[in-house]
Amino acid sequence: MRPERTGSQPVRSEQDVVLARQVARKLAVECGLRLVDQTKLVTAASELARNTVIYGGGGDMDWEVVEEGSRKGLRLVFRDEGPGIADVKLAMTDGWTSGNGLGLGLTGTRRLVDEFSLESAPGVGTRVTICKWN
Amino acid sequence: MERIPILRMGEFLLVTIQVDMHDQLALTLQDDLAERISRTSARGVLIDISALDMVDSFIGRMINTISGLSKVMDAETVVVGMQPAVAITLVELGLYLPGVSTALNVERGMERLRERLDAQ
Ligand SMILES: Nc1ncnc2c1ncn2[C@@H]1O[C@H](COP(=O)(O)OP(=O)(O)OP(=O)(O)O)[C@@H](O)[C@H]1O
Ligand SMILES: [Mg+2]
Repeated sequence: MRPERTGSQPVRSEQDVVLARQVARKLAVECGLRLVDQTKLVTAASELARNTVIYGGGGDMDWEVVEEGSRKGLRLVFRDEGPGIADVKLAMTDGWTSGNGLGLGLTGTRRLVDEFSLESAPGVGTRVTICKWN
Repeated sequence: MERIPILRMGEFLLVTIQVDMHDQLALTLQDDLAERISRTSARGVLIDISALDMVDSFIGRMINTISGLSKVMDAETVVVGMQPAVAITLVELGLYLPGVSTALNVERGMERLRERLDAQ
């Protein structure tokens, strides 16, 4: 796997959530993702970016265009140094929210992408990595 | 403050969402609509989302809230023009819009609203 291009985008405000969606869309198009997959990835990015702002107190989105043989994909990492998630298993339950959400963001996102991983430690922060292949 | 315009068409209100909405804009639209339904005694609301290339849980929830809210205020809401890719993504995300009527385009949505009103 050879990383082709990488970059980073601040995710600190509601406006940044919109920007994160737009960056994700542009890159997804570049990676040759078909429309439905673009839409899934952009929606996933929107969910994770919002979590980063609301629960993580702001952070960053790192992106990387990845290649494996003839396949291209887009990997996004949302990371923050917020309070972290005490019970990751609980957070990954459909419908569970600590706020006013629907509790769909994390579980729904996992269904929308090809690869999903969540690392979090209380007091340290949260890091969610997703990837979608063309 | 940035706002999404609400157009009055007879006894209906039409909202065409053409921007990539940030959360506050969506919340403002929700409040504005409630206020307009009450002020104009509108019987129906059409929300045209054909220009939206994604609907996440936040926007989905806004649509749900507007639909529920309009019912309480004796108006019907029809969401029109959802792109197929958006619909597929919503289902996979796990966001169902129970009680939200949808139509393919504004004309059909308008017909739907008229039928509803005639049936009452
Ligand atoms: N970056 C983060 N930092 C700290 N806690 C988080 C973070 N992301 C998610 N969480 C916790 O995980 C819970 C579940 O997140 P998820 O996105 O699934 O649902 P939600 O944001 O509560 O609702 P929805 O996304 O449906 O609006 C959140 O309520 C929050 O407690
Ligand atoms: Mg969320």
